[in-house]
Amino acid sequence: MQNISNTMHKNPKLRLAALLTAPILWLVVAYLGALATLLVTAFFTIDSFTGNVLQIFNLGNFQDMLTDVAYKNVVLRTLGIAISVTIICTILAIPMAFYMAKIAKPRSRKILVALILTPLWASYLVKIYAWRTMLEPGNGVLEWLLGPIGFKSPGFGGPAIVIGLSYLWLPYMILPIYAGLERLPNNLLDASGDLGAHNWHTFRRVVLPLIFPSLVAGSMFTFSLSLGDYITATIIGGKLQMLGNVVYQNFSINLPFAATIATIPVTIMAIYLWMVRRTGALANL
Amino acid sequence: MSAAVVVSIRSLKRSFGDVRAVDGVDLDIREGEFLTLLGPSGSGKTTVLRMIAGFEKPDSGTITLAGKDVSQLPPYERDVNTVFQDYALFPHMNVLANIEYGLRVKGVSKEDRRKQALIALKQIRLEGYENRKPAELSGGQRQRVALARALVNKPSVLLLDEPLGALDLKLREQMQIELKALQREVGITFIFVTHDQEEALTMSDRIAVFNHGKIEQLGTPREIYENPKSEFVSEFVGQTNRIEIDGKKINIRPEYIAVSSSSSTGDRSVKGTLRDEIFVGSATRYLFDTEAGFSMISTQLNKNLKIGDVVTLSWPREKEFLVQ
Repeated sequence: MQNISNTMHKNPKLRLAALLTAPILWLVVAYLGALATLLVTAFFTIDSFTGNVLQIFNLGNFQDMLTDVAYKNVVLRTLGIAISVTIICTILAIPMAFYMAKIAKPRSRKILVALILTPLWASYLVKIYAWRTMLEPGNGVLEWLLGPIGFKSPGFGGPAIVIGLSYLWLPYMILPIYAGLERLPNNLLDASGDLGAHNWHTFRRVVLPLIFPSLVAGSMFTFSLSLGDYITATIIGGKLQMLGNVVYQNFSINLPFAATIATIPVTIMAIYLWMVRRTGALANL
Repeated sequence: MSAAVVVSIRSLKRSFGDVRAVDGVDLDIREGEFLTLLGPSGSGKTTVLRMIAGFEKPDSGTITLAGKDVSQLPPYERDVNTVFQDYALFPHMNVLANIEYGLRVKGVSKEDRRKQALIALKQIRLEGYENRKPAELSGGQRQRVALARALVNKPSVLLLDEPLGALDLKLREQMQIELKALQREVGITFIFVTHDQEEALTMSDRIAVFNHGKIEQLGTPREIYENPKSEFVSEFVGQTNRIEIDGKKINIRPEYIAVSSSSSTGDRSVKGTLRDEIFVGSATRYLFDTEAGFSMISTQLNKNLKIGDVVTLSWPREKEFLVQ
């Protein structure tokens, strides 16, 4: 044992290797490997009679995907849902995080963070089925509760998906913003008020620019998780399909085409990351 | 000394939990003066400043600014500006945008605020730095930008919360002179918070010495130093020898105590043996055990004394002072 640690101490490269071999293997094989397989499969096709995958390179799947209007609609709908979820989460998360980081007392701050985290302990499926019960048209919890004041459930469809996903991913938006606000010195807020700025002005000119990297971090979660989701759409989306549903349906009948569809969210996320990079927010994360 | 009162504080109180941070403060601040709130940490001086700025609301009492009760107004409705202890510059804005911030908020036109900000930049001798971010400046430069950012708004009162605390000694001494000169130049009332008695004595027109949330004494630096009203003030501002002669407790500052090997030179004298010496550069502090039983410190230009030397300590009677 003494010997090993001596050798390690004298040899920094060996130390580094011991530290990083396992994670790098995992990253390359499990993560990049799967992504590469996906990408390659997208260019394969199937024997329409047997349903077997034919490993012949062709662009047929991409052609089908890009020319069929139905897929274009699914892409736009999925994008719309992901953007709506991100916006709703941002609007809800900023005041909550602000209260937690700047107004609440240190002790209740800890409790609030724990409360934000608790929904993450529950199963995803349980939470979505709970929303199904809530939104059920006619005898759902929401209508039972708010019906007397004229509330009508939006039923199962786009709005239900947006509500469900916003609920699911909200903690992923609150936590980075909370962390960002905690790092923001209080005296910057004092200074802004001292120089004559009202609260809204302080928020727009001081708080928002300084927590922008946190917003970006949060949006990467809410946006990408929404983009790839299909279970929520299945359970509370009614007949509505998202990209994930299309992938799921093709998965067993036409694997190469499923892979082709799956490249869309990957591409959108790549474009999103590239745009974010250009704002410089990643450098301050 | 008949300048108008610009800030008037009456029976000001503020508690945090069980701690009475400010416990009944009355203070009139005159237009154009440099007033220092001096005291140890936790004495309430910063809380008073923050209440004048509007960052804290008083539990009771009033703050009147230019004749108007501002006690309950938010910071953005008060004609005061603050220089913060760690500057609080906006890190995402360059120097110029930081200085322009207050003018921009007030809706001053782009050309006008640029013009005024550049004048302010010149005033603090940082021309050419307008596009730097705060992170690219030294501590002293940040300090000056914070000053310009506040002064460009031409407030009726400038509040400074230990603004020199983070600077090294050399820079601090230089900034003390600059700040005093700047205050004379712009003629704005400065309320300056510090725990450094030397800083307070050097810069102020008047000093309010704080202890336990109350003002112990208010006066010119000379009054505070030569006529401290309480034991606390005499201890906190400068050093003092507290001795008992003929059953009377008296105080005498160490620099008035002459040391001679022969006879006495003042109207009070006592024989003493040198116990210890502390070299402080420009002078030496000598600690004597006197035959009267008490010990005394004498601050002298460096003398040729050895531990154990027996000398005569003497001082003029008029430099003694009594405290409560």
